[in-house]
Order: sequence, then C-alpha cells, then structure tokens
Amino acid sequence: MKTRQRDNCQRDNRRAKTLAGIVLICVLLFAISAAGMLWKEEALVADFSEKNLPPCGAHWFGTDFMGRDMLVRTVTGLSLSIRLGVLTALVSAAFAAVLGIGAAVLGRAADAVVSWLIDLMLGIPHILLLILISYGLGKGFFGVAAGIALTHWTSLARLLRGEVLQLAESRFVQMARKLGHGPGYIARIHMLPHLLPQLFTGLILLFSHAVLHEASITFLGFGLAPEQPAIGIILSESMQYLSMGYWWLGLFPGGLLVLVILLFFWLGRSVCALLDPASAHL
Amino acid sequence: MRKRMSESETTVQSGRGFWRDKALWRSRWLRSGGFLCRKGARLLLLLLGVSAAAFFLVSLSPVDPLQTNVGQAALGSMSQEQIARLRSYWGADTPPLQGYAAWLRGALSGDLGTSLLYRRPVLSVMGEKLKNSLWLTAAAWLLSGAGGFALGTLAGAKQGTQADRVITGAALLLSGTPAFFLALLLLSVFSVQLGWLPVGLSVPIGMAAEQVGLGHRLVHAVLPGLCLSLSGMPNILLQVREKMLQVMESDFVLFARARGDSWRAVAVRHGLRNVALPALTLQFASVGEILGGSVLVEQVFSYPGLGQAAVTAGLGGDVPLLLGITVASASLVFCGNLMADVLYGIVDPRMRKAGGLL
Repeated sequence: MKTRQRDNCQRDNRRAKTLAGIVLICVLLFAISAAGMLWKEEALVADFSEKNLPPCGAHWFGTDFMGRDMLVRTVTGLSLSIRLGVLTALVSAAFAAVLGIGAAVLGRAADAVVSWLIDLMLGIPHILLLILISYGLGKGFFGVAAGIALTHWTSLARLLRGEVLQLAESRFVQMARKLGHGPGYIARIHMLPHLLPQLFTGLILLFSHAVLHEASITFLGFGLAPEQPAIGIILSESMQYLSMGYWWLGLFPGGLLVLVILLFFWLGRSVCALLDPASAHL
Repeated sequence: MRKRMSESETTVQSGRGFWRDKALWRSRWLRSGGFLCRKGARLLLLLLGVSAAAFFLVSLSPVDPLQTNVGQAALGSMSQEQIARLRSYWGADTPPLQGYAAWLRGALSGDLGTSLLYRRPVLSVMGEKLKNSLWLTAAAWLLSGAGGFALGTLAGAKQGTQADRVITGAALLLSGTPAFFLALLLLSVFSVQLGWLPVGLSVPIGMAAEQVGLGHRLVHAVLPGLCLSLSGMPNILLQVREKMLQVMESDFVLFARARGDSWRAVAVRHGLRNVALPALTLQFASVGEILGGSVLVEQVFSYPGLGQAAVTAGLGGDVPLLLGITVASASLVFCGNLMADVLYGIVDPRMRKAGGLL
C-alpha cells in the first residue's frame, strides 16, 4: 500500500516536472522573441568608437566591425527565427493535415498523387530544394518562408496518412460504420481524438527543423537582406572575421541558435510524452 | 519422374541445394529483370517530375539574372542590342514551356546545356566538381553510417548507463547544431586557433596543379569530411539506438538472458542482427542528407565541390547548372534507396520471398 502511494507521488511529481519544463521553455522562447521585437531599432545602431570589442561588461557578446552590440543583434535574429519558425511550421502542419488525410480518404487517385508528390520532394536533398524554391520565389523573406513551409510537410503527411488508413481498418471504426454512423460522425468522434495528438506533436517537432533550415538557407545567402540581423546572416558575416581571431562573432550567436533549436526539441519531446497514452505515466 | 520431383523438393528445402536449383535461379533472374525494369521506369518518371518541377520553379523566379550578374551600372551603359543579346544568353526571353522542351530534348541526347557562369558544358562542370566532392561525401557517408551504427547499438545495449547518457546527449546536441555552425567551430578551433589544418579550399593556394599531391588533398579534406560525418551521424545513431532498445526489451532477449547468455553474446547475436536491417535502410536513405549537408559544409570551407557549385548557381541564376545538379542528386538519392532494397534480400533471407532482387 505504502509503495503504491509513493509510486503515485513520484508519478505526479514527474508529470508536474514535465509540465513545469514545458511552461519554462515556452516562457524562455517567448521572452527571446519579445526582446528581439523590442530591440529592433537598437540592433541597427552602429558605434564606430567601439568596434570589434571582445566580450566585456558593457557588451556581453562583444561588438562587430561596425560597433554594433552582438547580444542585441543575436537576440533580434533569434526572435526573427523563432517567429518565422512558428509561422512556417504552422503552415507546414496544415499542409500535412490536408494532404495526408486527403490521401487516405479521397481514394486511390488522390493517394497516388500525394504519394508521388512526397516521393518527389524527398527525392531532392532538402537544402537543394530550399535553394530552388527560394530562388523561384525571389529570395528574401517571402522566398525563405515559402520554401520552409512547402518542404516540411512530407514526413508528417505520410505519418497522418498511415494513421488514418490504420484507423479506417480498425474494429471500432468498422463497427461504427455497421451501426450506421456517417463519415462525418466517424471522423469527428473516432478519428480526430487519435489524430490531434499526432498532429500537435508533429507540429512542435517541426519548429526545430524550421528554425534550423531557416538559419542554414539564410547563411547561404538566399534568405533575408544582408542588413537585417538574421542569425544566418550574422554567422555568415562572422566567417569573414574568423581568421582575424574574432571568435565571439560566431560562437555566441551560433551557441544561442543551438540552444533555441534544442529548446524547441525538448518542448516537442515533453509534449509528446504527456500526450501519448503509452508514455503518459512517464 | 516421381522420384526426381521428390528429390528436387528435398533440395529446395535443404539450405545448400537451394542455390544449385537451376529452375529456381532462372525464375529468380526473370523476376529480378522485372524488378529492375520497374525501378528504371520509376527513376525515369521521378527524374521527369523533378526536372519539370525544378524548371518551372526556376522560371517563376522574379530574380533578373542580368541585374545580379551584370549589374545595374553596366546595364545602364549598354545599348539596347547588347542588352537583348545578353537577355537571350541568360535565357530570360524564352517562354518556360519552350525552354523546358528544349532542355528535355538536349537532356535525352545526353546534353545538359551550357553553364552560364562557367561558360562550359554543364556535364563537364559537374564532372569536375563531382571529382572533388565524391570522395569527401563518400567517406563522410561511410564514416557517419559506421560511427552511428556502432555508437547507436552500444548506447542501446547499455541503456541507462553512463556511456549511454554521454553518447545520446552528444548526439542530441549535434542533431540540434546546424552543419554550417559545426563547420565554423571546427574551422576556428583547428585552423585558426591551433593552426593545425588549412582554412579552406581543396588544394594549397598558389600551387601548380602538377605539384599537388594526394597528401595535400587529404589534409584539405580532413575538416570538411569530419564535419560532414559528424553532422550526419546523430540521425542514424539515435534511430539505431531506438531500434536496439526495442530489441533488448523483446521476449527473445529476455529468454536468452534467462538461459544464461552473456550480455555481449545477446547484443551481438540478437541485437546486431535485428538492428542491421533498419540501420541499412537509414544508411542508404541518408544519401540525400549527406548531399544536402555537403552544400553547407563546402560553402564554409570554400571546398570547390558540387555543393558549392549548387549555391553559386542558385545565387547567380545559372539555371542549366542548377537543373543539372538537381537531377544528378535526385538520381543519387534514388540509387541509394534502390541499393537498400537490393541489400535487404542479401542481408535478410526472409525478405527474398517478398519479391525483391535476389
């Protein structure tokens, strides 16, 4: 009796800890994006009397060749990355839901078309596809956003398609059909509760990929304009000063970028652990 | 007659006779012929789709190749005729459908057009770049696969131990690190701070081509290769570990442990065999990832390979080269998946009946 109580205690504690972790991560990410929006103007302020300073009390991350504060620039860039990542992941997940469920429900022709589309997109290396799309749409903010939104839906769509096909074969759905329930009712009552957690965790796990790819494509020069403080641009600028030993220009912005990506990743894992009935007890 | 039939039946059933049976071999060859034809048709369809999609995507582009490559100032000083000639050189005045038809006609006869930036046939540019990056990417692909497989099985077999925690933690950290940032870090540590390895390019600067030896090339390929292997490893590692965990929780492993088999014997005899198949799929499916990673890594190290050419072509609006690289890498990715299909049958006897090759 006593051991069971202790077990329960521990379980609640772990669930609570995971929840607390989720809240903390959300607050952190929100704080970064809010700070970046507030510092939008300051990120462009140049002070040539303080250029190329290594990290010090006044400038924690040092300053760049125009005397701009790297902490401010980094946070502004990350803020942009986070907002862009959330936006593109949302669009991508919506695509995945429509195409994945459509492929499973709308019959053979639709299934063949969607499967072929997925094969086509997975057949080209991701970065190359991003280059093609962002070039096709004229680079810049729109090109990057569209590129990331259009290329991240494939695996989630495949997952959802498989899930719907499996659900349609399941006993309870077939029984509901025999009982005379319409497709709308079955979709709402029997399928949606299974699909929503999948879609939700898939969406959150997309965030980290979106942020990572946004930084990569911007780094290559296909993304935002060079004067905008995006994280990829900061890093590609830092490359020119690397051989002069200005290590802080790359290390801190890149390190924070990795941290944000990992935060999104942990968020996805925690939400997944809480939502998935198989691991809900942790 | 009856006797012979029963004989052949027994040979089929006993493992070694299976390989001697001629009728079986013939049917198998016919089947693998059909398999190859089917896959070949799929490849053609895929390449057609990829090239068409890429072509129309590129032709949508509002980026003016003249503005990017010639520049506003130079354009302003030119006569209308000169501008018109340049426009037709960059293909800015051909309608997309006509352009694609011309490209496809050329591609079918083995001519991928002329690169606009390098002013040479696309095939020769790609051949030269591929020669540089082929060994780099192939070595990184093998290293990341082997390393990911070894560390993944180790971590999975020793779940919960210190070793598992360190390996998994490092893999998670690496998977969240963009390949280009990893390249920047390696570059600043090993080339700039320590000065052990060259900063970039594939050969020493200012050296005549005849003087460049294998050693020079190797030294220049160490950091890009290491970076590419490291960035490709976590994906394979984490998934292999996941598979290994599933295997180690299975009933047959529990039984083997109860029988008194040592941990090592269980991991090798039951773990490795069951993990090999998914690991093989992952390894061959990772061809695309390595190719994608090489775009970023080559850019950081100024390594004159195919990936860097893709970036140059994309930034400069060199449509024929970009199309050529896209089609080439799509075929490479397809061949990777095909190899996985073929190897299934060789590695796992159970799959041979399912209609694969062999």
